[in-house]
Amino acid sequence: MTYEILGITVLWLFLYGYLIVGSIDFGAGFFHFYNKLSRKNYQVNKLIQRYLSPVWEVTNVFLVFFFVGIVGFFPDTAYYYGTALLVPGSISIVLIAIRGSYYAFNTYGSKDSRVYSFLYGISGLLIPASFTIVLTISEGGYLDVSEGSVTLLLRELLTSTYSWSVVVLAVVSVLYISAAFLTYYSYQAGDRASHQIFRRYTLFWAGPAILASLLIFYTISRHNPEHFQSMLDISWMFMLSFLFFLGAVMLIYRERRLGLAFVLVMLQFFSAWFGYGASHLPYLLYPHLTIYDGFVNETMAAALIAAFIAGLLLLIPSLVLLMRLFLFDADYVRGNR
Amino acid sequence: MFLEYDAAVFSRMLTGLTLGFHIIFATIGVGVPLMIAFAEWMGLRKHDEHYRLLARRWARGFVVTVAVGVVTGTSIGLQLNLLWPNFMQLAGQTISLPLFMEVFAFFFEAIFLGIYLYTWDRFKNRTRHFLLMIPIVIGASFSAFFITSVNSFMNAPRGFELTNGVITNIHPLAAMFNPAAPTKTAHVLVTCYLTSAFVLGMIGAVKMLKGDRHVYHKKALQLTMTAAFVFSIGTVGIGDLSGKYLAEYQPEKLAAGEWHFETQTEAPLVVGGVLKEGNNVQYALEVPYALSILAHGTPSAEVTGLEEFAQEDRPPLIVHYFFDSMVAIGMYLVFIPLLYLVFRWKKPAWLHHKVLLWGVAAGGPLSILATELGWVYAEVGRQPWILHDIMRTPDGATTSEHVDAMLYLFIGLYAVLGISSAVVLRKMFKNNPVAHELESRGIDRRGGSS
Ligand code: HDD
Ligand code: HEM
Ligand code: HEM
Repeated sequence: MTYEILGITVLWLFLYGYLIVGSIDFGAGFFHFYNKLSRKNYQVNKLIQRYLSPVWEVTNVFLVFFFVGIVGFFPDTAYYYGTALLVPGSISIVLIAIRGSYYAFNTYGSKDSRVYSFLYGISGLLIPASFTIVLTISEGGYLDVSEGSVTLLLRELLTSTYSWSVVVLAVVSVLYISAAFLTYYSYQAGDRASHQIFRRYTLFWAGPAILASLLIFYTISRHNPEHFQSMLDISWMFMLSFLFFLGAVMLIYRERRLGLAFVLVMLQFFSAWFGYGASHLPYLLYPHLTIYDGFVNETMAAALIAAFIAGLLLLIPSLVLLMRLFLFDADYVRGNR
Repeated sequence: MFLEYDAAVFSRMLTGLTLGFHIIFATIGVGVPLMIAFAEWMGLRKHDEHYRLLARRWARGFVVTVAVGVVTGTSIGLQLNLLWPNFMQLAGQTISLPLFMEVFAFFFEAIFLGIYLYTWDRFKNRTRHFLLMIPIVIGASFSAFFITSVNSFMNAPRGFELTNGVITNIHPLAAMFNPAAPTKTAHVLVTCYLTSAFVLGMIGAVKMLKGDRHVYHKKALQLTMTAAFVFSIGTVGIGDLSGKYLAEYQPEKLAAGEWHFETQTEAPLVVGGVLKEGNNVQYALEVPYALSILAHGTPSAEVTGLEEFAQEDRPPLIVHYFFDSMVAIGMYLVFIPLLYLVFRWKKPAWLHHKVLLWGVAAGGPLSILATELGWVYAEVGRQPWILHDIMRTPDGATTSEHVDAMLYLFIGLYAVLGISSAVVLRKMFKNNPVAHELESRGIDRRGGSS
């Protein structure tokens, strides 16, 4: 494996990590608000808070890791994306800032406030929607690259069916992933009522999630036929993803092996995510920038990879500890601690 | 608005705004864990529940500041790419290693902070809970170390060669441990600790000024002021070394900070004053030999003046005031804890005198102000360079046409965040006053007298 491939794989893996933990987090925030609004079941909200509280900061680090890493491994991305994304990027920052801080204000502040809950519930759905702009842009056709300047073609972006279908997919997936996780988590907690609510949510969002993916195939085939062709070349990855999806929905429908069901959801997105990523290569920004011409020098690449491995050796045991204490500690999950 | 649009100028304002806001929370984020660790340790060692409650309440407030620190940090991290794409393209090739490692340090800190906050009463063996604080302190301090080493690199770029715009011969470790790194990282770390000690001391002092003379606050004051004394001495000492670093590697920054125009030996230190036509300094206090001592450690040393630099390479002279105010506050921050310790030793009756309590209370905002002043001095004093002697600031900036709108957007965001976090913190402690918590936890009945 070349350094270039290794670098992008590591980054893609972290973005996948963010996709999963971020979705759980964002979706849970939304459900929290929704349940509060419809006064459905206070128990659910307690459960969501118990999951979210210890891990929200960790979620954010996945994101920071990605954008710091990509500039480290592929410094030229700073030039292309940095210049073009000033406005959408800043809007994403504002959304993240509002979400993170109001989440904390609501949780640690003295009382649970409906306004705070609204702010972080809604911003949690807007964040994934706004982030997808980066993926959309990477397909090419939305940037004007000329001598010494890069500009975003905002009109093209806002009127493109492709870009909107990505937004839809992002929002729907967030709700689906999150509901699937909370189905499992509430079951663990022995909270039957919440469990039924989340099970319904999961089954409800499963259909739209798969339809939105199909829409993506269709729109990408029109927007970037070259990419679509490479997707077809590795279509088995997407088939696999679909099989995982079927398995997950089946288990949740039958209420069997919910932990495995969530693992299948993770695998569903894993294979689709890596299928998408692999078919996108070698382009970081179609057709201007590939992983080969934008790569950092070899010395730095080796240093970054060494730091990465050392970092993992430190982090993995710590993450395991965190999960054992909160996610998989039955007493904690049930609220006995 | 009134300014003619210039992307680089607005980028500088926006960067300065975000960093100026982030640094308040970052400083607290680096220093407070150490203070919490001290308090919890004291509680364990002395079997004193007051200290444990101190740690607990500090940690509760800390979470709110961490949240704002994290979101503004994410903000500056993304903004560096958005506003300085050309600079980051070059920096990515040379200094991305510490930037990358900073994220690991955060990650480490975030994980253990999550555990720490939710496990107060979970372990039978209380030392275990204390031990969780150690990775938090390490993570916070290392993240400050790494990010400051990136900033040192901007002041003293090393570890690469640039020929005709092509970067070759890269040494990531040489870039990271550049000549500015030792003094800069040490000064930043110790001032973070100092500021946090004073901010926490301020809380106790204000409570006592309001008439709450509970022993809990007295213990808080004793702990914070003792720590502050050590850190303030460290701050001044390392500040002095920072001056020596500047004299050797960035003499123009030092000269601009001191209004030192002509190269001379036995140079006096200019304090305050105003600048008149032809670089005439008036109304200033001159301390003989002091600049030579600050720069090189001996009264007779020769100090390079601004005259040796071309006009377009000179930093703005206004940085003089930032430097002077920082140093003045630094002296004040040594004086107050010293006074506290002297009273404790010789005049215990005066220990909680109003004047001293006011002095401590003022130290909180003043130490934050000194941090801001120090950074503005360091950053503005580096101008016109974004990478000293290599890249000028406007060459690193974005060419986007909308930086002004983003500046207003972020002014709005920080106003909202600043106000909300202040409101939340106030409410949090108002609704759950110390006396109340001492009682509900059964501490006052069991242990400490008042
Ligand atoms: C509580 C805050 C605080 C206090 C009391 C002081 N400083 Fe400071 N100073 C900082 C907070 C700070 C800082 C925010 O941490 C800076 C900004 C950049 C840096 O490296 O540290 C800084 C920078 C800074 C620099 C510039 C370094 C550079 O640009 O590379 C010098 C020469 C000094 N300081 C010297 C001093 C001296 C002689 C002090 C004596 C009293 C002093 N500082 C007190
Ligand atoms: C956190 C404390 C910091 C504060 C308060 C601060 C403050 C400032 C200010 C006021 C400016 C504008 C200077 C001017 O336009 O004249 C600036 C510029 C800048 N700073 Fe800092 N800074 C801090 C730390 C850092 C660090 C650690 C880095 C690097 C990782 C950094 C990178 C930059 C960059 C890229 C610019 C823009 C270029 C320039 O104007 O020189 N800063 N900062
Ligand atoms: C020397 C000045 C700085 C110090 C001491 C500092 C320290 C910190 C600390 C302690 C935090 C964690 C929040 C908390 O615990 O309160 C934080 C957050 C953060 N800082 Fe700064 N910071 C500085 C400047 C910068 C700069 C210039 C950048 C941009 C490269 C940056 C990037 C970040 C990021 C990305 C986060 C969020 C990390 C997360 O998600 O956990 N910081 N900073």
